[in-house]
Amino acid sequence: MYGVTNLLLIAVILINFFTLGSSRLNSCIRAVAAQGALLALIPLAAHGLTFHTVVLGVGAFALKGVLIPWVLLRALRQMRLRRESGPLIGYIPTMVLGALITSAAFIFADFLPLRPEHRGGLFIPTSLATLFVGFLLLMTRRDAVSQVLGYLVLENGIFVFGTLLAEAMPLMVEAGVLLDLLVGVFIMGIVMDQIQREFSTLNTERLSALKG
Amino acid sequence: MIVTTLLRLVLLLAFAPLMLGVIARTKAAFAGRQGAPVLQPYWDLGRLWRKGIVVSRTTTWIFWAGPVVAVTVPVVASLLLPMGALAAPLSFEGDVILFVYLFALARFFTAAAALDTGSSFEGMGAAREVTFACLAEPTLLLGFVVLARLADGLTLNALLGAHLAAAWGSSGASLALIVVCLMVVLLVENARIPFDDPNTHLELTMIHEVMVLDHSGPLLGLIQYGAALKLMVLGAVIMRMVLPVDTGNLWLDAGIFLGGQFVLAVVIGTIESVMARLRLARVPQILVGTTLVAVFAVVLVLR
Amino acid sequence: MLAVLVGLPLLMAVVAAVIPWYRVRSWLLAVTGLVHVVLAGLLVIHPLRAAPPGAWVGLDALSTLVLLVTSLLFLGCAIYAVPYLDLRRDRGNRMIVPCLLVFLSVMTLAVIARHLGVLWFAVESTTIASAPLIYYNRNALSIEATWKYLLLCSVGIALAMLGIMFIGYSALGLESHVSLQLDDLLRQGPQLSRPWLHTGFVFLLVGFGAKVGLAPLHSWKPDAYGEAPGLVGALLSGGLTSVAFLAVLRSVQIMAAAGDVAMARQALLGMGLLSLVLAAVFMVRQPDLKRMLAYSSVEHMGILAIGVAIGGLATFGAMLHLVNNALTKGCLFLSAGNIQRTFASKKLSTVHGAMTVLPVSGALFMAGFLAITGAPPFGPFLSEFTILRGIVAADRPGVLAVVLIALATVFIGMGSTVLAATQGEPGEPTLRGQDRFLLTAPPLVMLLAVLMLGLYIPPPLRDLLQSAADLLEAKP
Repeated sequence: MYGVTNLLLIAVILINFFTLGSSRLNSCIRAVAAQGALLALIPLAAHGLTFHTVVLGVGAFALKGVLIPWVLLRALRQMRLRRESGPLIGYIPTMVLGALITSAAFIFADFLPLRPEHRGGLFIPTSLATLFVGFLLLMTRRDAVSQVLGYLVLENGIFVFGTLLAEAMPLMVEAGVLLDLLVGVFIMGIVMDQIQREFSTLNTERLSALKG
Repeated sequence: MIVTTLLRLVLLLAFAPLMLGVIARTKAAFAGRQGAPVLQPYWDLGRLWRKGIVVSRTTTWIFWAGPVVAVTVPVVASLLLPMGALAAPLSFEGDVILFVYLFALARFFTAAAALDTGSSFEGMGAAREVTFACLAEPTLLLGFVVLARLADGLTLNALLGAHLAAAWGSSGASLALIVVCLMVVLLVENARIPFDDPNTHLELTMIHEVMVLDHSGPLLGLIQYGAALKLMVLGAVIMRMVLPVDTGNLWLDAGIFLGGQFVLAVVIGTIESVMARLRLARVPQILVGTTLVAVFAVVLVLR
Repeated sequence: MLAVLVGLPLLMAVVAAVIPWYRVRSWLLAVTGLVHVVLAGLLVIHPLRAAPPGAWVGLDALSTLVLLVTSLLFLGCAIYAVPYLDLRRDRGNRMIVPCLLVFLSVMTLAVIARHLGVLWFAVESTTIASAPLIYYNRNALSIEATWKYLLLCSVGIALAMLGIMFIGYSALGLESHVSLQLDDLLRQGPQLSRPWLHTGFVFLLVGFGAKVGLAPLHSWKPDAYGEAPGLVGALLSGGLTSVAFLAVLRSVQIMAAAGDVAMARQALLGMGLLSLVLAAVFMVRQPDLKRMLAYSSVEHMGILAIGVAIGGLATFGAMLHLVNNALTKGCLFLSAGNIQRTFASKKLSTVHGAMTVLPVSGALFMAGFLAITGAPPFGPFLSEFTILRGIVAADRPGVLAVVLIALATVFIGMGSTVLAATQGEPGEPTLRGQDRFLLTAPPLVMLLAVLMLGLYIPPPLRDLLQSAADLLEAKP
C-alpha cells in the first residue's frame, strides 16, 4: 500500500510540472482534473478501506476529478478560448522555478519537526510543493482560467496534507469543504464569463481600473 | 567471454534494422494498413548499398567521415553497455561518461558533415539537432546519476546490474521517472515523433533528416544503419532498467533482450501513432521539463 | 435554537428564490432579519446551557457578542433594503435577496462554530455568498472588484485551511483521535507541538486576516466596498469583518491556551500597526467616498488587532470597539449609498453639498464621520480611548505614538473628503434629492445606538464585553 501511495504522490508532482509547462488551457484543466482524481485515491491507499476514506474518496473524485473540471471546461467552451495569454515570465522559467520550489520543498521537509512515522515520507514534500506550484500559477499566469487552476492546485496541496490527519476532519465538514470548493469555482466560472463579455479577454491584467 | 561478445555483436548488427521494421509495422496496424514487411529496412539498406554515390564538389573528407562515425560509434558504445543480462566486454570506472560523449562525438560529425555541404537547409537542421541534443544530454546524465546512486560502482555494468530488480522496490518512483525521461531522450536522439518526423518531406520542419539530404547510396545506407544501431543501443539502456532479469543462461538472456527490444519498438510505434508532432518551439520546453523531472528524480534518491 | 438561527435564513433564502412576488421577497429579508434579532436577543437574555464540550456549535461570550452585532446590523440593512430594492427594480432582487439570506446564515454559523473545520467552512461560504452581492451592479468595475475579492479571499481562506491542518498536526499523537474541536484544542493546549502550532497560527492569521482585511492583505477591500451597493458595504464592513475577526480571535485563544499568547500578540500588533498606517496614508486626499470608508474599515480592523495585541484593558476596549465600528460603519455606508444614488457618483469631483441636497443622509454621513474618527461623545471615542489607556497602562510609548499620529492623519484626511462632499453648494443647483423614511431610519438608529454607547454602556453589555475579553487572556 505504501508503494501505491508514493506512486500517486509522484504522479501528483508530475502533473504540477505539466500544468506549469502547458499552454493549452484544455489540457491544463484535464491535468488538474487528473490530479484531483489521483488525490481522491490517496486516502484509500494511505489509510485502507474504511467508511470514512471511501466516502471521502468518492466525494473528492466526483468533485475534484469530474464536476469542477466540467464546470471549467464548459466555461471555456462558451468562451471559445483555447490558448492562454501566456505566463508573465515565460514557460521555461516558470518550470525551472517550479522545479526549484519542488526540490526546496523536499529539502525543507527534512528539516521539519515531523512525527517519526512521517519522516522521509513523500506526503509533506508533495503537499508543500503542490501548494507552492499553485501559488506560482496564481502569480505568473495572466488569464483568469489559469488563476483558478492555480487555486485548485493550491487546494490540492492542502488536501494532501489533510490526508495525514486521517480522521481529524469529520465527514460532514469535509463534505462542506468540497462543496465550498465546487460552488466557489462555479461562481468564479460565472465571473470569468462576465469578464470575457465585458473585456473580450480573460487577461486579468485588463482588470486594473480600480486603484488608490 | 568470446562467445558472449560475438553473440552481442551479432544481436546488435543483425537485429537493429528489425526494430525499425517493427515500428513501421505497428504504425501501419494503427493506421489500419497492412504495412511493409518487417524485413523492409533490410531490403532498403541493400538497395542503397547497390546504388552509386553522388558527392558535391564543395565537400571534404568530413562529408565522408559523418556516416562512418555514425555507424562506428554505436558499435563501440555497445561494447561498454550490458545488453540485457549479457555483460559488457569492455568495462572500466567511469565508462558512463565515455558512453554519453561517444554519442556527442557522432553528433558532432553528423552535424559537421551537414555543414560541410554548404547547404542552408542542412545548416539549419544541424543547428536544431545540436540544440535539442544539448537540452537532452543533461537528462541522460542525470538519469545515470540516479542509477549511480543506486549502484555500487561507476561502470555501466554495475549501474545496470541485477540489483535493479530490488531497487524498483526501494526507489521505484525515481526509476520510473528516469525511464520516462530516457524514453523522451530516446525519441529525441533518434528523431522520432513527437519531436521529429523521420518521414517528413518538408525541409523547413525537418530536423534530423534534413542533415542527410546530400548523402546518397551507401553513405545514406550507413547513416540509416547507424540510426538503427543507435536506437537499439539506447533502447538497451531503457529495457535493462525495465527488465532487470538475469537467468544465467546465455541463450535465454539473449532471447529476453531481443524480446525487450521488440516490446520497445512496439511502444515507440504506438507513441508515434497516437501523438501529433510538436511545434518546434515546444520541443525545447518539453526537453527542459524532462530535465527538471530528472532533477527531481535525483532529489528523490538523494534524500 | 442555534439550528434555527442558521437554518431559518437558509430556508427563507430558498423561499425567496422560489416565490415570484417582488415586494414580498424584499420584505422577507426584513422579516427574517427581525426574527433573527429577536432570537439572538432571547439567547442573550436566557443563555443556553453551556454546550457540552465537544459540540460543533455553541455560544460563549465572544460569539454572543459578535452574533448580536451581526444580527442587529443585518436587521438595519434588511429594512434599508426594502425601499432600496424598490428603487433598483432594473437589477431585480431574485439574486440579491437569497444571497443576503445565505450570507446571514453562514455568518451566524461562523459565529457559533466551535469546530475549526465548521468555522472554516462557514467563513469560506461567506466569501462565496457575498461575491454575487459585490457583483450586484454588473459593470466592468464591479466585475473587477468581484474577481479580486473572490480570488484573494479564496486563496487566503485556503491558507487558513492549511493553518488548521498544521494545528491538527500539532495535536497528532496526543490522544487517540485528532480533534479540531475548539474545546479539545484548548484543553490540549500546553501539550501541542510548538513549531506546528506557531506555523499554524501564522497561516490562520494570514488566511482569516485576509478576510478581516488586515494589511498587507487588504487590497480587495477598497475595490469590493467601493463597487458594492451601500447596504452590502455596510454588511461586509460591519458584519463580515467582525465575523472574520472572531475567527482570528479563535486562533489567539488557542495560542493563549498553549501559553504562547505573547507571540500571537506580537504578530497581531505588527499587522494592526501596518493596517493603521497604510490606511491613514491612503485616506489622505482620497477622492472616492466609498473607498475612503473601505480604508477606514482597514484602519479600524487595525485598531481592533492592536487592542487585542496589547491585552488587559485594551482587549476590553477592542471588544467595545468591535460593536461601535460595526454600527458606525453601517450608518456610514448606508448614508453614503443614499448620497451616491442621488448624485449618481461617489467621486469627490461630482459630490458637493450633500447636506443641502439630502439633509438627513448628508447629516448622518457627517455625524458618522465624526463618530468613526473618534470624536466624543460617540461610542468609538470611548472605545478608542479605552484602547489608548490600555496601551499607556501596558507602557508601550512607541505604539501609542504611532496610533495617535495615524488617528490624527485619518481625522484630517477623512475630514477633508467628507467636508468637501457634504458642505458647499451642489454642482447642479437643480439637483434635489429625496430622503425617504426607510432609507434614513436604519442609519439613524445605528447612529443613535453608537451615541448611546458613548454615553452609557448597559451593565449586561459591560458584563458580556468583559467576559469576552477574559476569554482572550492567557490562563494562569
